[in-house]
Amino acid sequence: MYDFAYHKPASVADAVKLLAADPDAKAISGGHTLLPALKHRLNKPTSLVDLSGIAEMKGIKREGNAIIIGALTRHVDVANSDVVKAAIPALAYLASHIGDNQVRNRGTIGGSVSNNDPAADYPSAVLGLGATIHTSKRKIAADDFFLGMFTTAMEADEILVAVEFPIPEKAGYAKMKNPASRYVMAGAFIVKTAAGVRVAINGAGPCVFRQSAMEKALAGNWSAAAIAGIKQDADGLNSDIHGSAEYRAHLVGVMAKRALAAAG
Amino acid sequence: MNAVAPFEGIGVRMRRKEDLRFLSGKGSYTDDLSRPNQTHCVFLRSPHAHAAIRSVDTRAAAAMPGVVRIFTGADYAADSLGGVPCGWLIHNKDGSPMNEPPHPVLAHGKVRYVGDAVAMVVAETCEQARDAAEKIVVDYDVLPAVAGINEALAASAPQLHEAAPRNICYDWHIGEKGPVDAAFAAAHKIVSLDLTNNRLIPNAMEPRAAIGEYDAHSGEYTLHTTSQNPHVIRLLMGAFVLNIPEHKLRIVAPDVGGGFGSKIFHYIEEAAVTWAAPKVGRPIKWTADRTEAFMTDAHGRDHISTAKLALDAQGKFLALHVQTKANMGAYLSTFATSVPTYLYATLLAGTYTTPAIYAEVTSVFTNTVPVDAYRGAGRPEATFLLERLVDVAARETGIDRVEIRRRNFIKPDQFPYQTPVALQYDSGDYFSTLDAALATADWAGFEARRKEAAGRGKLRGIGISTYLEACGIAPSAVAGALGARAGLYEVGAIRVHPTGSVTVLTGTHSHGQGHETTFAQLVADQLGVPFDKVDVVHGDTAKIPFGMGTYGSRSLPVGGSALVKAMDKIIAKAKRIAAHLLEADVADIEFDPRAGAFKVAGTDRSKSWGEIALTAYVPHNYPIDEIEPGLDETAFYDPKNFTFPGGCHIAEVEIDPDTGHVAMVNFTAVDDVGRVINPMIVEGQVQGGVAQGIGQALLEACVYDAQGQLLSGSMMDYTMPRADDLAPVSVATHTTLCTHNPLGVKGCGEVGAIGSPPAVINAVVDALRDHGVRHLDMPATPAKIWSIIHTRMGAE
Repeated sequence: MYDFAYHKPASVADAVKLLAADPDAKAISGGHTLLPALKHRLNKPTSLVDLSGIAEMKGIKREGNAIIIGALTRHVDVANSDVVKAAIPALAYLASHIGDNQVRNRGTIGGSVSNNDPAADYPSAVLGLGATIHTSKRKIAADDFFLGMFTTAMEADEILVAVEFPIPEKAGYAKMKNPASRYVMAGAFIVKTAAGVRVAINGAGPCVFRQSAMEKALAGNWSAAAIAGIKQDADGLNSDIHGSAEYRAHLVGVMAKRALAAAG
Repeated sequence: MNAVAPFEGIGVRMRRKEDLRFLSGKGSYTDDLSRPNQTHCVFLRSPHAHAAIRSVDTRAAAAMPGVVRIFTGADYAADSLGGVPCGWLIHNKDGSPMNEPPHPVLAHGKVRYVGDAVAMVVAETCEQARDAAEKIVVDYDVLPAVAGINEALAASAPQLHEAAPRNICYDWHIGEKGPVDAAFAAAHKIVSLDLTNNRLIPNAMEPRAAIGEYDAHSGEYTLHTTSQNPHVIRLLMGAFVLNIPEHKLRIVAPDVGGGFGSKIFHYIEEAAVTWAAPKVGRPIKWTADRTEAFMTDAHGRDHISTAKLALDAQGKFLALHVQTKANMGAYLSTFATSVPTYLYATLLAGTYTTPAIYAEVTSVFTNTVPVDAYRGAGRPEATFLLERLVDVAARETGIDRVEIRRRNFIKPDQFPYQTPVALQYDSGDYFSTLDAALATADWAGFEARRKEAAGRGKLRGIGISTYLEACGIAPSAVAGALGARAGLYEVGAIRVHPTGSVTVLTGTHSHGQGHETTFAQLVADQLGVPFDKVDVVHGDTAKIPFGMGTYGSRSLPVGGSALVKAMDKIIAKAKRIAAHLLEADVADIEFDPRAGAFKVAGTDRSKSWGEIALTAYVPHNYPIDEIEPGLDETAFYDPKNFTFPGGCHIAEVEIDPDTGHVAMVNFTAVDDVGRVINPMIVEGQVQGGVAQGIGQALLEACVYDAQGQLLSGSMMDYTMPRADDLAPVSVATHTTLCTHNPLGVKGCGEVGAIGSPPAVINAVVDALRDHGVRHLDMPATPAKIWSIIHTRMGAE
C-alpha cells in the first residue's frame, strides 16, 4: 500500500469538496474492492475520502411505492431488512447471497453500484428494478447509469447517495457463481411491473445489460415456456479460464429460467 | 492402591493439546517473531517467464528512504557460493546421470519463470523495501517461453538451460520391458488411456517466511523458517549452498501453519536472508504474501501419461505399460526428481497382481514455478492413472468394476508380496476394506438413488477407488541405492525429568498433524506417564539430534518407532534402578505401564516412576559403578521397509446438467493405516486429505498461458475447496498391522489425497455414462462438464 492522506467528512457536501479538490482522491465506503487494490499497489490515490461518517447516506426507508436505500447500507442490513423483505424479497435475497459473511458485513450497496464490477450482484437489481440513482448532484435512471466495465455515468467528484427501487409486482434473482471467486458467472434479475417486464443480466458480459428478447416474450406470456427458446448471443460476452462466452450465454438462459421461477 | 487413572494411551481420542494454543491466537509462527534490530526484505521478482538480464540498476532504489542494502544476482555470484541443490539423483535409461542445471539463489544472467528472484532489497520496514524495489530498473531481453510439457519437448522449443538439452532432465524407466511386450502380444484385450494429472498450487494457510541472523560474537548463524524439516535445511544450506559448518548453523522451524509438502524444500529465500545477514550486520526478515506464495511455492503434480493394460479373457491383468511426462518447472526443487520416478512408478502395481509392469518417465524443464512433492507426492498420480484405467477396463470388458478389482486383488495370503516395480508389500487386506466401504456407501442401493435423482433432473454417479500407497519413508540404504542424497531414518529422545515428567525430542516436525498429542499418547501408553506430563519438542536443530523431518506420512512409522526404541532403553534402565531399590534381580522386575510402576514379580513390592526418576538424578542410594545416573535416552530408527496403507474410497456425485456443476453428495473412506494411536486425529487427517483430493478432482487448476504467465495466480482464479464444495465424509479404518515396525503403524497423512481423486472422477464418468464419456481429466469444473454434455468437448 502506498501512503495517502485520509479524510473522514461528516456530510455529503464536505465529501464532494474533498473529492473536487483532489483529482487523484478516491471515495471509500466498505472498501471491499478498493482495499485489496491498494494492498496490491494497483491503485495509488493521493487521498482517501472515507464516507462512513456521513449519516445522511445511511438507512432504509419506504417512500410511497419505492424503497430508498442509503449508499452506506451494508449488504447484511439489506438482507435482514423487514422493509426490503416485505416489499422486494428478491432484493433481500440477492443481498443475502453476496460474497460471504465478512463481505456482507462490510460491503455497501453504494460501493457495489458505483464500482459497477461486471461480476457484482447489485447492478442486476438496480437495472432490473429500474431503480433511480440519487447522487450528490442529480438523479440518474438505471438505464442511463451503467456505461461499461467499471464505468458509470457518475463524475469523479460525484457521490452516490442512495438508490431508489420502485416496488414491483414480482421479482426474482438467480446466479451461477464463479467456482473460485464466488463472484457472478452469469445472473438474471427478472422483474414484472405494471409498466412491463425487465430482465437484467449480470456476470456474463462486460457490463450488466437488459435481455430485451426475454423481456418481450415474458411481457406477452409470463411463463418459462415463453423464454425456453430464447438463446442469448455469446458474442461480446466474457470468456476466461472458468468458462467460455458460449457457456456464459447458456447460463444466461438457465439463470433466467430460475429467476423466473423464483419470482413466481 | 491409587485408583487407576483414565487410559490415555494408544487408541484413545485424546483432544489435541496444541489446539488450545493455535485456536486462542497463542501460536508462535515465524512471522510472529521479531529479532532485535531486525531489518525487512522483499524480493524483486521477474515479471517475465524467460528473459536475459541485460542489467540491474539499483542506484535510484538504494537512495530511497530506509534502504539498508540491495543485493543482486551479481552480488551473490561474486561470493562463489553454491546454488540450491537437488536432493535426489535420477539416472537415465542408459545409466548416465540426469541433467542437473544450477539453481541460483538470486537469478544471474537469466530469469526462467515469473517469480524468479532478481534482487533482494533490505530496508528498515517492509513497505520501504517494497517502495525501493519498485525503483530498481532491470533491463530484460525477453525470450520466448514455454510452459507446457509437450511444448517444451518440441524440437523448436525455447531452451531453458545449457545443461539440459531439449529441456530434458532425465529419461528414466523401471520394470522389464520384455515380459510386458510379450504379455501385450498375447493379450485377450488391451485397454489404453491418455490422461493428465492436473497441476496444483499448495496454498498452506501460513505463507512462507524466514529470518536470517548472524552472531558476530560466536560466529553462529540462525535461520528461523517455515520448514517441515529443519535439519534437512541445515544440511542442504550449510553444506551445499552457503558453506557454513553445521555446528555454526542453527535452524528453527517454530509453529508452522500447514505444509502439505511445500515446506519440505530448501528455498532460495532461506539462503538469501542467511547469506546477507552478516553483510548487513542485522537480522533480515522476509514474509511472503499470498501472491508470492502462488508464484514461488513449489507446485504439485503436472503429469501427462499414456497407460496401456493387457488383460486375459477373465479380466485378469497381465501387464501394464505406462509412459509419463512430468513437469519439473524452471529449476529442480529439492525432491522434484524423485516424485515422478520412485514415488510414482513404483506404485503402479497398486492393489493388483499385475505380473509385468514397465514404466518410462521423461521429466521436462519449463518456464514455470518448480514442481515438487505435494501431499501424496507421486502416489496420487499413480493411483489416478491406475484406478481410472481399471474403470475403463471394466467398462470395455463388460466386467463389473467392483468384480474386476476383486479378481485382480493381491490376496491376504500372498503377503509379503513382491511387485514387478521394486516394492515388497508386507501386509494388507483389500477385500475387507472394499467390503466395508461398499456396505457403508450402500453401493448395492445406488441404482435407486440414481433413479430418484433423475426424477429431479440430476445425473447421479458413483465411483470407486481401491488404492494402495507406500509411505513411512524410508529405509536409508534402499533410498540411497535409488539416488537419495540423504538418509531417511528418524531420531527420538526421551528425557525423563527428576520428578517424572517427560520431554520428548523428535526429529519429525508437526505443522498441523498433532504430533504433540500423538507422541504424548505414545509415551503415556508405553511409560504410564500422564498425558499432561509429556511435552513434545521439535523444530530446532539446537535442541534435537539430527532428524529428517516430516513428509511422506513418516512421522509415526519412522519417528514414532524411534521413540519406542528410546522408551525401551528408558524402561530397561529403569528396571535396573528398580531392581537395586527393591533388592531384587533385574530379571524379576516387571513394568506395568498402566500403573506406572515397577514390581517384583509375584510380590506386592513396587516402585513408582517418580521414585525411579528421582533416584536416577539424586543417586544417593545408587549402584554408581554399574549404572550411569540420569534417565535420558536417544534412539535412531531406520525402517526395514516402506509401509503400505491402502483401502477403498467411494464417491457419490450429482451433476446439474443445466450448469455442469458437480455436487459431492457422499464420500466413504475405509483405510488400512495400520494401528491407530488417536482415531480422532486419523479421521481428521483422512478428511483433510479427502478435501484436497476433491479439490484436485473438481476444483483446482493451475493455469499458465503460452507465455508462461500464471493465470490462476490468486484466490480469485484458483479454486480452493470450501466447506460447501465437500460432502459428508465417512471415515473408518480396517487394520492390518505393519509387520516391520514396533507399533504396527502405517501412516495416515496422505491416504485421503491419494485415494480420493479417482473415486470422484470415476463417479463423474459414471454420472455421464449416457453421454458417451469414456474419460475426462481433472478438474471436473462446471464449464468442462457443461461442455461435455452439450458439445462433447473435453472428454474422450
